Amino acid sequence: MITIQTLEFCYPNGEFKLNIPDFQVSGGEKVAVIGPSGSGKTTLLNLIAGIMTPQNGTVSVDDAQVSTLGDLERRDFRITNIGFVFQDFELLDYLNVFDNVLHPYRITGALKLDKAVRDRAESLTQDMGIGDKLKRKPNDLSHGEKQRVAICRALLPQPRLILADEATGNLDPDNKILILDLLFKAVSDYNATLVAVTHDHELLKHFDQIVNFQEFKNKAAV
Amino acid sequence: MIDSLNIAWKYIRFNKVKTATLVACITLISFLPMALELLLNESEKQLMSRAVSTPLVIGAKGSALDLVMNTLYFDDEVPELITMESANRVMDSKLAQPIPLYVRFQARRNPIVGTTLDYFDFRNLRIAEGRQLAILGDCVLGARVAESLGLKPGDSLVSSPETLFDLAGVYPLKMKVVGVLTKSHTSDDLSVFVDLKTAWVIQGLGHGHVDVTKLQDPTLVLKRTGKNVAATAKLYQHTEITEKNIDAFHFHGDLSHYPLTAVLAVPRDDKSGTILRGRYLKREQTRQVVRPADVIDGLLQNIFRIKNVLDAVISVVALATILAIILVFALSLRLRQREIQTIFKLGCRRATIVRLLAAEIFIIAIMSAVFCGALIWMVNQFSNDLVRMLFIR
Repeated sequence: MITIQTLEFCYPNGEFKLNIPDFQVSGGEKVAVIGPSGSGKTTLLNLIAGIMTPQNGTVSVDDAQVSTLGDLERRDFRITNIGFVFQDFELLDYLNVFDNVLHPYRITGALKLDKAVRDRAESLTQDMGIGDKLKRKPNDLSHGEKQRVAICRALLPQPRLILADEATGNLDPDNKILILDLLFKAVSDYNATLVAVTHDHELLKHFDQIVNFQEFKNKAAV
Repeated sequence: MIDSLNIAWKYIRFNKVKTATLVACITLISFLPMALELLLNESEKQLMSRAVSTPLVIGAKGSALDLVMNTLYFDDEVPELITMESANRVMDSKLAQPIPLYVRFQARRNPIVGTTLDYFDFRNLRIAEGRQLAILGDCVLGARVAESLGLKPGDSLVSSPETLFDLAGVYPLKMKVVGVLTKSHTSDDLSVFVDLKTAWVIQGLGHGHVDVTKLQDPTLVLKRTGKNVAATAKLYQHTEITEKNIDAFHFHGDLSHYPLTAVLAVPRDDKSGTILRGRYLKREQTRQVVRPADVIDGLLQNIFRIKNVLDAVISVVALATILAIILVFALSLRLRQREIQTIFKLGCRRATIVRLLAAEIFIIAIMSAVFCGALIWMVNQFSNDLVRMLFIR
């Protein structure tokens, strides 16, 4: 469950201010976040993930109040509880597909990389249809394949919360549906919560709740 | 489990060119001063060991360094000549044992050292194959010469003319290889040893031809007066000393006036050495006596002075390289901002990023150390040859 209480965030240069009134997302819910470019959708995901901290208000994920955790606790919480699918995949070009998927396990002591995890990674990549491309580098993959690798990386630690920032952007219609299905399957498999930023209004019918940033009327140019 | 080394290794493998450039820079900048130090130490060792084992050298007045370099290391630079009389005088003085040397000619780019059998005892040179010098025209090869020219006892070796354009000059002499010396890891390994008289034959001071008193062909006789017969240039001179013609070889004039490049003087004791040195102090003396150790020490002082300058230059270059490497890493970090941000967003701690970068630096340093170590090992293995190639013969 995500709970947001009167969230206020402002970038250090003061050019962008985000105000979000109270809202809640229940566990297992699929939430779509929509709004015009630059309205603060990605910033919201970053605040929920604890990548950014708000000036005022609180963000809680289940029992943890992310916004008040210390830096190290916040990082450990993120890597163990949140699966983040980034807008531009953000895969590491020097690692092959399998290493990219396992990467979160190699950069933290909070996750333990063992045979079970490797087996799960193999099974996950098979399910995602990239099982035969494990040795390939990201530069050798198509957009759709890269996105699937990014989703595998996000899902491998079996997160309680999945944040997807335009995960279906730049994809053809078939791939959009495929990726969305994969995310929804993970939500049901892991009983996770999904918050997905999207510009694609045709996909909104698949979500349980829609948060429209335009309705917040929260953007203020300084 | 944080697998910094594994990730760093994969990054390094992916960026081969950048890594190779960095490794090459670090390797070279570490290798150069170490190799220079190693080679200079080796050259000091080699120069000094031979110099210290040679008590006194007598030669013509002039450059002591040229004299010592020619006498000890058979350098190409031939000093002013002295005569055999210098060796005889030392012998007559009974203060030292003289070992005459005539190092002027070459055979296939190897110096021909004209000397006596005493030289082999003095330098403790042993015959590995064949026999010692016995008759005119014999030569004994240093181990490396035999190896590089592929010669063994029974083969022959021709001396090289001093200048190809001097038609009236000395004819090449075909010498018979009678022995090969054991390796001594000194300049002796790279030399061709002949008897003094053979060296004089190479110069044409001694020669062999048919008996001119029995010449029938009038075109071979320039002048005939009583017992003397002057032959023309048409008279054939032997270019090889064989059993058949050895008796025809002869030397004109007084052998004590025959040339030498130097005389090694081995004093009977310290006092004798001091007295002998005193005899060459007079201004009107045309010869000098030098202690090779002093001369080489002076040379090494100069070399080390130059080395200090080189060290300073290398230090500045090293500093510049280190700064360039820091710049490369800084630029690399800037280029990798997106990657670092991704890792941060995934939940990586700052310390892990530092560990990843440190692991990359560690791997690059290890690779450089391995390459540098390998190069130093190679230099060390071949230091003897390198020193001979670069600094001394």
